[in-house]
Amino acid sequence: MLGFIIQRFLQAVVVMAVMSVIVFCGVYAIGNPIDIVIPPEATEDIRAEAIRRLGLDRPLYEQYFIFVGNLLQGDLGRSFVYNIPVLELIGGRLPATLELVLISVVSATVLGVSLGIYAGYRPDSWVSKTIMAVSVLGFSVPSFWVGLILILFFAVHLGWLPAGGRGDTVEIWGVAWSFPTLDGLSHIVLPAANLALFKLAMMIRLARAGTREIMLTDTIKFARAAGLSEATILRRHLLKLISIPIITVFGLELGSTLAFAVVTETIFSWPGVGKLIIDSITVLDRPVMVAYLIIVAFLFVTINFVIDLVFALIDPRVRHGASA
Amino acid sequence: MTEPVLSVKNLSTHFFTRGGVVKAVDGVSFDLARGEIMGLVGESGSGKTVTGFSLIGLLDAPGRIVEGSVKLNGTELTTLSERAMRTRRGSEISMIFQDPIATLNPMLTIGQQMRLAIDAHERLSPQAAEARSAELLTQVGIPSAKARLRAYPHEFSGGMRQRVAIAIALLHRPAVIVADEPTTALDVSIQAQILFQMRDLARETGTAMIWISHDLAVVSSLASKLAVMYAGRIVEQGPTATLLRDPRHPYTAGLIASLPAMAKPGTPLTQIPGSTPSLLSLPPGCPFAPRCDRADDICKTAPEMTMQANRGWRCFHPVGQDAGVSA
Amino acid sequence: MSNTSTPLRRFWAEFRENRIAVVALVVVVVLILLAVFASLVSPQNPYDLANLSLMDSRRPPGFVGTGGYTHILGTDPQGRDLLSAILYGLRISIQIGLAAGFVSLTIGTTLGILAAYVGGRVEALIMRLVDLQLSFPAILLALVIVALLGQGKAQLIGALVAAQYAYFARTAYGAAKAERGKDYIEAALATPLSARLVVWRHMLPNCTPPLIVVATVQIANSISLEATLSFLGLGLPVTEPSLGMLISNGFPYMMSGRYWISVYPGVALIILIFAINIVGDQVRDQFNPRLRK
Repeated sequence: MLGFIIQRFLQAVVVMAVMSVIVFCGVYAIGNPIDIVIPPEATEDIRAEAIRRLGLDRPLYEQYFIFVGNLLQGDLGRSFVYNIPVLELIGGRLPATLELVLISVVSATVLGVSLGIYAGYRPDSWVSKTIMAVSVLGFSVPSFWVGLILILFFAVHLGWLPAGGRGDTVEIWGVAWSFPTLDGLSHIVLPAANLALFKLAMMIRLARAGTREIMLTDTIKFARAAGLSEATILRRHLLKLISIPIITVFGLELGSTLAFAVVTETIFSWPGVGKLIIDSITVLDRPVMVAYLIIVAFLFVTINFVIDLVFALIDPRVRHGASA
Repeated sequence: MTEPVLSVKNLSTHFFTRGGVVKAVDGVSFDLARGEIMGLVGESGSGKTVTGFSLIGLLDAPGRIVEGSVKLNGTELTTLSERAMRTRRGSEISMIFQDPIATLNPMLTIGQQMRLAIDAHERLSPQAAEARSAELLTQVGIPSAKARLRAYPHEFSGGMRQRVAIAIALLHRPAVIVADEPTTALDVSIQAQILFQMRDLARETGTAMIWISHDLAVVSSLASKLAVMYAGRIVEQGPTATLLRDPRHPYTAGLIASLPAMAKPGTPLTQIPGSTPSLLSLPPGCPFAPRCDRADDICKTAPEMTMQANRGWRCFHPVGQDAGVSA
Repeated sequence: MSNTSTPLRRFWAEFRENRIAVVALVVVVVLILLAVFASLVSPQNPYDLANLSLMDSRRPPGFVGTGGYTHILGTDPQGRDLLSAILYGLRISIQIGLAAGFVSLTIGTTLGILAAYVGGRVEALIMRLVDLQLSFPAILLALVIVALLGQGKAQLIGALVAAQYAYFARTAYGAAKAERGKDYIEAALATPLSARLVVWRHMLPNCTPPLIVVATVQIANSISLEATLSFLGLGLPVTEPSLGMLISNGFPYMMSGRYWISVYPGVALIILIFAINIVGDQVRDQFNPRLRK
């Protein structure tokens, strides 16, 4: 098991290294690195000075090491627009995004898997058929449209929930969270629902397909032949067996949800990283764009690594390095 | 004459599909005595597996027992509620399947799976459950049983896994075990081991067994009596030795003749011409008639089971010394 | 015993049985026709600045404008007739969806078949890349490309292609690999027949059914993704408004009750995507051997 962890960790490090090279090449070799550091309005003198100071006239590989060195120290440049270190900027906005993503993902998974298992266990009931029909909607409708409708209906028409922004926050473990407060909760409901919809639909379909498939296997037949009750079979066999595909998709979709948060945050004016990146692209705040890429790559690698660890924990075959 | 532990009379199981009604099992009757091993032999599609599932009440939709009686220790099973049936599954009648990789949950330890099977019928303390599980593992021939309880299925070889399945089936000392092709997925050398193990177990525990198989050779070394199925009906049944030496039904004779062991070296293997009929379009009368070289017009009506002492056959033109018609 | 049916005819016969799918197909065809003939059908040319009058802007459906005709769906902030804008927007959305889909199909299929055919290190390299790409969410990739390359039609299509070719590659690879292992391919390769002919005649047809399924899904995805990017302001320039941009234009007005500017283009978009998905679902079910009882 330890060997497995080490192996996966090394893989993660390699991927990060490769990503850093790719981003570096994209920015320094192809693009004009000056534009990353110096705002376009700067004069010639300032430019020349900066080029010398930052070593941008040195050979490329040297620049790479400077680049990586800065990265590891947490120096991701300064934002043109806000004129503060990018790390600080992103760091300040990240908790809002994380909160939104976590709440969406957890509720989508819990609700989706439950509904999906029911739909798979009793596929012919009208409840199941309704669930499946609605899940198709979750796929087909672009998420920004859903957000619009949600705002139109709940905020404008009914006036029950606010149309945007984040509510009051409460500090837990040094980070500001908004969902523990009532105001914060009312602000997070719509964007979380919007973000969760796609994942919910996917989880429902996945859980349903998995349940149908698993319930037909010999494992279940044998359990029934031994006299186990249906409740026990669902609890001890089905849930365990279905956890593998669910967790796989969970991990993959976590990244996708982080990406879609960009859209949701824009629509609901949620002060997170997603909105930041869109704004940065429109105003060409390049340091932020570059930093965003690096951080996203890092998050992806970390998520994949954690998912691999979780697999090792729940599937004994992975732990023992056995081929099934 | 003691009561048979399992008594099946005129069992019929039909599948109501979109393409029509499939009479997978059509009027099957047999008795099973305590500790007796019976072989249920037939090609795929003959209805042998569906018979097994019908006995234990695990038919998948759209299948249903439409007629007949299954009496286990005197209790009629076909009319029981699902709840009542469930209390008997695993405790009075068990089933093991073909592929032990698929039967055991790869994510639970052997001990956990045995515990679940125990808890389904009895309330034992964890220590007592562990002791019982270890005892059974030893009985089926698994060494270091106590330690092995903490192992996962993938840590066992195929033969060992099947032994674990057998152990689980025996946990509550059932009266009958239905074994559906339990050695087909195993190596030939392991097959023999398991066969002898099961025969000894049956003798020790007094558990009767129905051994379902397409392999006549395998079954005949183990079973004391055979029932040969074709297209949902039993076409011949009786003591194994008698059937093998002196078969009556042309199909049985064909099966025996096509055994590789029966072939003379250097000659081509005998085959039964034709193939099993689709159960959706059975010819009227004897289902074997199209493939039988002894068939004539009378075979267009369904033959009844002709009984003689402790054997029976379903044929108008049986092979063998007596029963009249031209050989 | 009629054996005159070609695979296409049999396919259509089965397709016809699902009435919802047929309706969806009709909807798709109608929308495509509307888009193609947008200039003929729409009451007003939304790009003709001479026609527009700011006096007419943000008017509700049914308003009679200075041009003298009724704006059936109202007008947008620039005074454009919304119905016309939607029709032209449809045209752009479909154009981009089809273009991106087609290019992705070509690139992806080529890569996939190449990997399956050549094997060895080339195969490993290509499929590694494809797998990496698949684990990266499409929208992020598209964002990054637009960010690096700027805005414009070509860049947008490029971004969409980059995000989606991997699906085609993976599908083509899977199907081609299944064929590649078969004996008749080995036999064909042993003959003097050019390798290209073998690929074209044998491996490609086997990949077609799953590729068609992926294509329908991906075209719907392209349209959706393009709309999302346009909505975020990263899509096409303002002079060529796609449905996504129309929706985003109307967003600020939703709070004040002028919902039609966003809602109607949105409805058109949904109908388009939904219809394509339903057709795609039916096609997929028909091609799936496991569902055939």
